[in-house]
Amino acid sequence: MNKKTTKLEAKELNAYYGDFHALKNINIAMEEKNVTAFIGPSGCGKSTFLRTFNRMNDYIDGFRTEGDILLDGRDIYAKDVRVDELRKEVGMVFQKPNPFPKSIFENVVYGLRIQGIKKKAVLEEAAEKSLRRSALWEEVKDKMDKSALALSGGQQQRLCIARALAISPSVLLMDEPASALDPLSTAKIEELIYELKNEYTIVIVTHNMQQAGRVSDHTAFFYMGELVEFSKTKTMFTSPQDNRTQNYITGRFG
Amino acid sequence: MRVSEKIIEGLLWLSAVITILITIGIIWVLLSESIAFFSEVSIVRFLTEKEWTPLFADKKFGIMPLVAGTLLTTFIAIAVALPLGLTIAIYLNEYAHARFKQVIKPMLEVLATIPTVVYGFFALTVVTPFLQGFIPGLAGFNALSAGIVMGIMIIPMISSLSEDAISAVPRSLREAAYGMGSTRLQTAFGVMVPAASSGIVVSVILGISRAVGETMIVAIAAGQQPRLTLNPLVPIETITTYIVQVSLGDVPHGSLEYRTIFAAGITLFIFTFALNNISFWIKKKYQEKYD
Ligand SMILES: Nc1ncnc2c1ncn2[C@@H]1O[C@H](COP(=O)(O)OP(=O)(O)OP(=O)(O)O)[C@@H](O)[C@H]1O
Ligand SMILES: [Mg+2]
Repeated sequence: MNKKTTKLEAKELNAYYGDFHALKNINIAMEEKNVTAFIGPSGCGKSTFLRTFNRMNDYIDGFRTEGDILLDGRDIYAKDVRVDELRKEVGMVFQKPNPFPKSIFENVVYGLRIQGIKKKAVLEEAAEKSLRRSALWEEVKDKMDKSALALSGGQQQRLCIARALAISPSVLLMDEPASALDPLSTAKIEELIYELKNEYTIVIVTHNMQQAGRVSDHTAFFYMGELVEFSKTKTMFTSPQDNRTQNYITGRFG
Repeated sequence: MRVSEKIIEGLLWLSAVITILITIGIIWVLLSESIAFFSEVSIVRFLTEKEWTPLFADKKFGIMPLVAGTLLTTFIAIAVALPLGLTIAIYLNEYAHARFKQVIKPMLEVLATIPTVVYGFFALTVVTPFLQGFIPGLAGFNALSAGIVMGIMIIPMISSLSEDAISAVPRSLREAAYGMGSTRLQTAFGVMVPAASSGIVVSVILGISRAVGETMIVAIAAGQQPRLTLNPLVPIETITTYIVQVSLGDVPHGSLEYRTIFAAGITLFIFTFALNNISFWIKKKYQEKYD
C-alpha cells in the first residue's frame, strides 16, 4: 500500500459574509485521488466551503476568510497566488448546468482558447478526449457545431464536466452536480465520478445520502457552519460518532 | 365601484386611442404634403441630384447631401459613444464596487439630462477651438465637433442599456467563465459581451436613432450648409437641421419650398422607423435565448 498524500487542506478556517459567521474553525485534510462528499442540512455552509477551494467567493461583497486553505501544501489565499491560475488547477462543476451560449465544440475548448491555444488539431483532439472522458462523445460527435443550449440538461452537465476536464485540473469541485437531473442522467454522472477519481481529487456536495454512499470514499458532515464529522464514508454511514450526524443520516432533520 | 371602474377603463381606452389618432394624424400630414411635393419633383431627382438648394433661385432637390450629413455626424457620434459606453458598461459590471456603481450611474444619467442646446454651444465654443489646435484644416462649423459632442450625449444611453443587458446575463455564466480560469477581461469580452450582444446591438441602434434625429447640436455647431461629402472637417447640414432652418424662416406655407421639409421629414421618418423596427426585431429574436 502506498502512502496517501494530502491534496486539499483547511486549517482553522473561518469564513464570514459580513457579520455572519458562515464557517467555524474548520480543519480537514483530503487525500489525493479520492472522492470526498460534503453533506449536511441546507444552509450549513457546504457550498461556501467548497467555493473557498477555488476562491469563487472572492466576488461576494463582504466575504472574508481567516485561516488557511492549502492545495498541495500551498496557501491559495496567499498574496502571490493568481486566482485564474488557481482555477486551472481546481476545476468546478455547478449545480445547474451552465454551458456558454456557444457551440458544443467551443464550450469544450473554451479553457484552452483562453490560454491562447489556437491550433485546430490540438483543440479537436482535446475536445474529443474530454468528451470521451465525460461519456458524451458518442452523443455529440456529429453535432459539435450545434449550440450547447440545445442539449438536454443531463448532456449539458456532462458537457460542463468535459469543459472542466479539458484544461486538466487536478481537483474537481462539484456542487450538487446531479440535483437538477433525471435519475438516468444522475446515474451517468455518478458512474463518471467513479471513473474520474483514478485521476482527479474530487469534492462533491450532495443532499442525496445514497449518492454520497455510492460515489465517495470519505464524507464530511457539516452542521451550522461547523464540520461535525469527517471519516470514511462507510464508517460514517454505519457508525456515526456524533448524534447530529446520526440524526441527519437517518433523516430525522434536514 | 363598478361604475368608477368602467370610467377608468374608458379613460385608459381613450388615451390609447388618442395616441393612435395623433400618430395617424402626423403620418397623414407627412404623407399628404410629401405626395404634393413628389408630384412636382420626381423621386428620381430627389434621390439622385447631388445638390440641395430649394431655397435658392437655381433650385436643386437632391436629398443626398442632407443624408450624407446625417450619416456622417451619426457615424462620428457612434464611433465615440459605442467604445466609451461599452467600456463604462463593462467596467461597472465587472470591476466597479457596488458602492462606486451607485454613485457613478446617476452621474452618467445627468449627461442625458443636459439640454441639447448646451451641448451645441459646448461643441461650438469649446470642442471646435480645442480640435483646431491640432487639426489645422478644421472649419469653425464642422461635422466632427458636432458628432463628437453628440456621441458624448449618447454615451449614457449606450452605457446604461448595455449595462442592463450585461447584468441580465445569468450569473451562472459568469461563474462558469471564472471557474474555468478566465481573467476578468476574458470573462467580460469572451463571455459577457457576446452573451449580451443582442441588448448591446439594440442600445447602439437606439443610439443611432437618437443621433439621426438630433437637431440642436448639429444646427449650432455643424454649419447648416448642405454638402455631399464625408469630410468631417467642413460645414455640413443634416436632415433635421434643414427642417428647423425652413420652419423658422419666412418660406410661405403651401409653397414647394415649404413642402421640402415634409419630403425631408419623411426620409428621416423612414430611417428612424426602420432602425426602431430592427431593434425591436433583434430584441424579440434573441429574447428567448435564456430560459
Ligand atoms: N452571498 C451571501 N451573502 C450572505 N450570506 C450568504 C451568502 N451565501 C450564503 N450565505 C449564507 O451562508 C450560509 C451557508 O450557505 P451555503 O450556500 O454555503 O449553504 P449550503 O450548505 O450550500 O446550503 P444548500 O444545501 O441549500 O445549498 C447560509 O446561512 C446562507 O444564508
Ligand atoms: Mg449549496
